[in-house]
Amino acid sequence: MFSTVTFLIILLLTLLVFAIPKPLKYHYTLGLLVAGTALTTAWSISVLTGTEILKEIPLFTPAAGSRFVLVIDPLSAFFILVINITVLIGFLYARGYLAPYGQRMNALRFSIHYFSYLWLWLSMLMVVMIRDGLPFLIVWEIMALSSFFLVIFDAEERSIMKTGISYLIQMHVGMFFILVAFLLLQNETGKMSFDALGEYFSVHRNLPLFLLFFAGFAIKAGFIPLHTWLPEAHPAAPSHVSGVMSGVMIKMGIYGILRVLIPMQSDLLETGVIILVVSLISGIMGVMMAIVQHDLKRLLAYHSIENIGIIGIGLGLGVIGQALGNPALALLGFSGGILHILNHSLFKSLLFFNAGSVYHATHTRNMEQLGGVMKRMPWTAMLFLTGSLAICGLPPFNGFISEYLIYMGMFNSLSGATLFHSIMIVGSVASLSLIGGLAIFCFTKAFGVVFLGEPRSEAARHAGEVSGSMIIPQLFTVALILLIGLGSPLVVKPVFNIVTRAWNLGGQPMITGAFTSNLSQISIAGGVFVVTLAVLLLYRRYHLSRRNVTAGPTWGCGYTAVTAKQQYTATSFAYNYNHLAKPVLQTRKEIDEIGESEIFPRRRKFVSHSDDLFRKYLIDRPVDLVAGLLKRIAVMQTGQIRHYILYAFVFMLLVLLLAMFNIL
Amino acid sequence: MAGFILIVVAAFFFPGIILRTKSLASGRKGPGIFQPLKDIVVLFRKGSVFSNTTGIIFRIAPSVTLATVSGAMLLLPFAEQKAVISFEGDFIFFAYLLALGKFFTIIAALDTGSSFEGMGASREALFSMLVEPAFFVLLATFAMFTGYTSFSVIFNHFYVTGNDYVLIYSIIGAYLFVQIAMVENSRLPVDDPKTHLELTMIHEVMILDYSGFDKALIHIGTYLKFAIYGSLIYNLVVPAGWNIMLQIGLFVAVQGLFAVVIGFTESFRARNKMNKNPKFILTLSAIALIAFIVILILTDKLA
Repeated sequence: MFSTVTFLIILLLTLLVFAIPKPLKYHYTLGLLVAGTALTTAWSISVLTGTEILKEIPLFTPAAGSRFVLVIDPLSAFFILVINITVLIGFLYARGYLAPYGQRMNALRFSIHYFSYLWLWLSMLMVVMIRDGLPFLIVWEIMALSSFFLVIFDAEERSIMKTGISYLIQMHVGMFFILVAFLLLQNETGKMSFDALGEYFSVHRNLPLFLLFFAGFAIKAGFIPLHTWLPEAHPAAPSHVSGVMSGVMIKMGIYGILRVLIPMQSDLLETGVIILVVSLISGIMGVMMAIVQHDLKRLLAYHSIENIGIIGIGLGLGVIGQALGNPALALLGFSGGILHILNHSLFKSLLFFNAGSVYHATHTRNMEQLGGVMKRMPWTAMLFLTGSLAICGLPPFNGFISEYLIYMGMFNSLSGATLFHSIMIVGSVASLSLIGGLAIFCFTKAFGVVFLGEPRSEAARHAGEVSGSMIIPQLFTVALILLIGLGSPLVVKPVFNIVTRAWNLGGQPMITGAFTSNLSQISIAGGVFVVTLAVLLLYRRYHLSRRNVTAGPTWGCGYTAVTAKQQYTATSFAYNYNHLAKPVLQTRKEIDEIGESEIFPRRRKFVSHSDDLFRKYLIDRPVDLVAGLLKRIAVMQTGQIRHYILYAFVFMLLVLLLAMFNIL
Repeated sequence: MAGFILIVVAAFFFPGIILRTKSLASGRKGPGIFQPLKDIVVLFRKGSVFSNTTGIIFRIAPSVTLATVSGAMLLLPFAEQKAVISFEGDFIFFAYLLALGKFFTIIAALDTGSSFEGMGASREALFSMLVEPAFFVLLATFAMFTGYTSFSVIFNHFYVTGNDYVLIYSIIGAYLFVQIAMVENSRLPVDDPKTHLELTMIHEVMILDYSGFDKALIHIGTYLKFAIYGSLIYNLVVPAGWNIMLQIGLFVAVQGLFAVVIGFTESFRARNKMNKNPKFILTLSAIALIAFIVILILTDKLA
């Protein structure tokens, strides 16, 4: 009862954001966030620690059949934690980020922004807690709407509004699939709820319903080829929102997929292979397209697609493990995927926040305009570097742990596998390692070009460090990243628990036990590395203090008038790669060649641009085709009343004729 | 622990043997076998010059790289002895740890703001990305073949699987390790450490601005990396159960032979054209896939 009332009060209090005076709005919103976070985190911890196995909190029952009941099982509890961490840190960061907007925007815009932020958070919390179809669809819709309002916060530019609208449309296409899936469920079982899935799956074929749900949820998650909203919406949104959207909101799609996967009983192998293949494509294509981006936030957005791919690889392997009766593969695959959800929410939000800080300080997201930012913004640079290393899956950071679990699932299932299975697994191993390599390529480029070298523009030259209020909250994220990276058993054990309880893999103490010992070995190895590094650096300091250390210019091969423009740019860094990836990426170049008669060449410009092929061929082309067709039909719309009467007459004549010949 | 110490010892001689082989093959008198070590001692004695453009990344990168290499060494077994740190999937840690070192080498090159070093960084990033799948596919096939997933256990069980064709397998594996080592250490035919033109360098151009202590660390890291790959090859070709003294002798022989092979390759082979390199490196992944198919046939999965 207490829980119900408190939660409802928080929901109602969000409305007051509009009434609070402008200077206090932020603090009021923060207060609500903290209160709600404390409440829901307490719920989630009580479920995760096992004091309550399943928590039910009835909210209200508006009409027969649809109940607003919050149900928290371990999986929901896990997602609650993921949501709360990133949303809270994002909002603490937002204070500094939003400060420059204070003068430009009126109180109403801020109210709408904070209100939407609160509701994005609340709707995500409810998405992971509500089981019944109709309430679920309502909060799902609220999530789409509130994020839409957040994306268009900065909508002085037309392009942002356009992006927002396209985002909204795509979200509704996804929602349509989920709605149809729920209706199908209602039709067959009489219940419109995730709880009815088990009943449905035990009687009917599993794959078609799964595919319907998958299509709907995959749009939210951003699996290729359903990702096209993602690289547009993330860069358009303010950075704290991009961090939350990319770090948490797209995971709601994964949550939906998990909810449907858990009760599945047949067609598992097909399902697993479908998820795996889609995920491999998302992983590889996501990072391949990320490398060629010039816009820092767009690069990160494409990277989200890659990471959703890695999560999907884990889940796909898990399902295949279930299908093959290989509990080790199931456990490791699911756990790797689920842990990567948490990991990605940490490092991706960190990266987006710091990309935002760079934008805040330089007013550009174009990497070719940046450079040398590390000297001017050392904290931001170190935070971004931590995020980069973590996202590349490098030890001793957290990304390594989830990728390790997924790899281990693959390697452990190899011996004694069938031909088909071995080929599939080795293909996945090769792809995952390629994804890792590409990620390193991508982030050495992003970090190197933005933060290192000489500034490529005046804006970058005059950048200054952002305020402490934007940096300090992120230190908490860094602490979590290092905690998972160096103390992995602490975090992996609960994740193992969630998986074994959700999929009834129970009684796998052997595997989980062996794995915890492996993980503690990783912690030791990571620790040894950190200590070695520390000793080396300390010795280096001592050593250099006794030597003659001087400063000089960078070696220019004898050329002394080097300028910042001669540095390697993001484009030139990716040039070799571009050459190799040409068949897949199709980079366009626009340049007018220097003519033979042109003795003194004029000023000219060179533009290179990489299209998103999926967007081009799957969305733009068909839409253009339909639009073209409709345009031709539009000839009939003359605006003259006599023509319309003629159409009516022709129609009636047609009906008459058809009736006469008994065709109708 | 024995593996760790032996790798360090091998690293002392490795670069000298390569150098000596090259000088003999080209008919020069050449420097002594300890010349590379003497160079390092000289570097340690010297002061350092840092570019004004560079920041902390440039300064910590060599230490990070050396720390990753020494971390990776702890994972390698010798004969029947387990590695210092050994767990299931340790080779994943091994590969990713070395990648961490590479990450820092690359961003350190970008830290100098030099177009040459940016060029080297871009090439190194591309080539090391392409070689990654070869290593993982090879290890996946080992895992499939032996049923284990840790360096120590894989190598211990390599020759006791009772499979008569294991020799074919270890030869393909050894060949691949040699090639991967050449790419990872930026040697011929992918990169030429002795080239004198910045435009044609890969690894060398990335470390142009280093001097003194940091440069010495980079060299030590490279030598250790050679010995690491030598040790992997050794573990692959020599059954773990043999007498320990014999093993030590063979270890020295394999490492020496590996160095001589590198020396001869570098003496008689020209470097690839830069844009042929990706193809060359991808070929390694293809060979690894062939090894995988061979193992499928050997284990009767593919009739």
